[in-house]
Amino acid sequence: MSLFQYEFMLRALIGALIIGLAAPALGIYLVQRRLALIGDGIGHVALTGVGAGLLFQTSPVIMAVIAATIGAIAIELIRERGRTSGDLALALLFYGGIAGGVVLVGLSDSTSANLNAYLFGALTTTSRSDLVTIAVLGAAVLIAMIALRPALFAVCHDEEYARVSGLPVRGLNLLLAITTAVTVTIAMRAVGVLLISALMVVPVATAQQVTRGFRATMAAAMVLGLFAAGAGVWLAAVADTAPGASVVVLAIASFIVVTLLAAGWRRIRRARPEPEPAPEPHEVLLGGS
Amino acid sequence: MTPEVISLTHGVVGYDGRPVLRDVSLTVTAGEVVAILGANGSGKSTLVRAVLGLVPLSAGAVTLFGQQVRRFRQWQRVGYVPQRLGAGSGVPATVAEVVASGRLARRGILRPPGRADREAVASALRAVGLADRAKDPVATLSGGQQQRTLIARALAGRPELLILDEPTAGVDTASQEAFAGALRGFAADGGTVLLVAHELGPLRPLISRAVVVHHGVVAHDGAVPDPAGHHAAPDHDHVHPHGPEEPAGLWSTT
Ligand SMILES: Nc1ncnc2c1ncn2[C@@H]1O[C@H](COP(=O)(O)OP(=O)(O)O)[C@@H](O)[C@H]1O
Ligand SMILES: [Mg+2]
Repeated sequence: MSLFQYEFMLRALIGALIIGLAAPALGIYLVQRRLALIGDGIGHVALTGVGAGLLFQTSPVIMAVIAATIGAIAIELIRERGRTSGDLALALLFYGGIAGGVVLVGLSDSTSANLNAYLFGALTTTSRSDLVTIAVLGAAVLIAMIALRPALFAVCHDEEYARVSGLPVRGLNLLLAITTAVTVTIAMRAVGVLLISALMVVPVATAQQVTRGFRATMAAAMVLGLFAAGAGVWLAAVADTAPGASVVVLAIASFIVVTLLAAGWRRIRRARPEPEPAPEPHEVLLGGS
Repeated sequence: MTPEVISLTHGVVGYDGRPVLRDVSLTVTAGEVVAILGANGSGKSTLVRAVLGLVPLSAGAVTLFGQQVRRFRQWQRVGYVPQRLGAGSGVPATVAEVVASGRLARRGILRPPGRADREAVASALRAVGLADRAKDPVATLSGGQQQRTLIARALAGRPELLILDEPTAGVDTASQEAFAGALRGFAADGGTVLLVAHELGPLRPLISRAVVVHHGVVAHDGAVPDPAGHHAAPDHDHVHPHGPEEPAGLWSTT
């Protein structure tokens, strides 16, 4: 008998797989921009939205999307100005977000178990309508990140050059900010606010141990995210562990395994005698266009 | 009359109210190869970035191909090589992937790359002598090769105007010569060039006019000034180390 005959487990699995695929597809741009922890910060802000949702008894997820989007746009505008005080502004936003969330949840009638569901994820309580939300938003994030890859790569790689290429730099930056907010909010259901960045960043970190290019890194990170999500939910089901934490533990385990294998492979290759690299051919260089 | 490609009139630029360019006028017409010279910190990069609309003018006006830079939209006509890549990327990228960014101005953001794009990338890589490194991660290249990658990125868009900020600073001799070759080809095809240089080296014969920026104004606009001092020795092998500290340059007037 399969565990996934239980409908709630199946929903949990599908939700996790979608998030496992979408989170690294977005996360690679954040890593490229050296904003790997931004997802964490936006997660904190999303928590205020959750608190507001619980307090006013509207959908916490929708309120979280709104709060996270506002937070993400604010962070982007601060980043755009490039002020040193941006650092402090971010800190205010992050801690204000989490403290506001906890206070608002306290004011509402809901229990701390409810807050825990958002802090650590509650994959197995994914309802049918939750799953639809996750699928629609996850697909939108995936399509945007894949279809706009050349433009997003250019903006994250060299923003001034992107501007001189006539790209809508500000629009693309805001798109990244908003998709980060959306991904954070749907991932919050799966792994919880405290572990969101792990799912966006760890598969990318793992993939780039062995890849040479951006596209290959993106593809490998998505496969790794999918694997960690699927195996994590399975592990949670058989070992009765928390699904969100299991997904992250597996993602980090893959990182360690791949790092060790890559280091071993490099050592083996270095032990082998390599042919002398050829000197640069000057004549060819002077060939012109 | 040859059409004006770049026109900067009485440009004033400052950062945080501190003026860097006080009153700079510069005109570049089609087919010219103009070098901007000046000491470190004299505002050469600022001038180039103002021409591209990357820093705002507090007074004066810039036009590109006869159009106010703020309303300029034909970016496929311009290729830009920045002084150095910003903070750099945390994710590996291949040489070909970086050069492919040079096609975006032509292609737009939604159309996926096609055959013409791949061919332009390949020919730009050949022009700078990096065809065999296309699939290598940029991070594994030498400083000079990375600079050549950025030049290939600008060439890949098949621009009419190339704007280069110190393309040969800190670059090994092989890369300098590769670059001179690529630039010669570009100029021979009728391209217009504005380049910032610390010293001209093998580029010298290509330059049709030199503009020296000093104390926020144009101190010289005309023939390429003669090199002076020990740098002028013909056998002088000047290879800068990469880094923020550059030796006082040929054009430094301090
Ligand atoms: N983004 C910036 N913000 C503030 N000051 C700057 C900035 N960029 C350059 N400067 C200052 O402007 C002056 C000119 O810089 P720059 O144009 O880079 O000179 P150059 O390229 O000739 O070495 C320098 O004093 C530099 O410190
Ligand atoms: Mg400069």
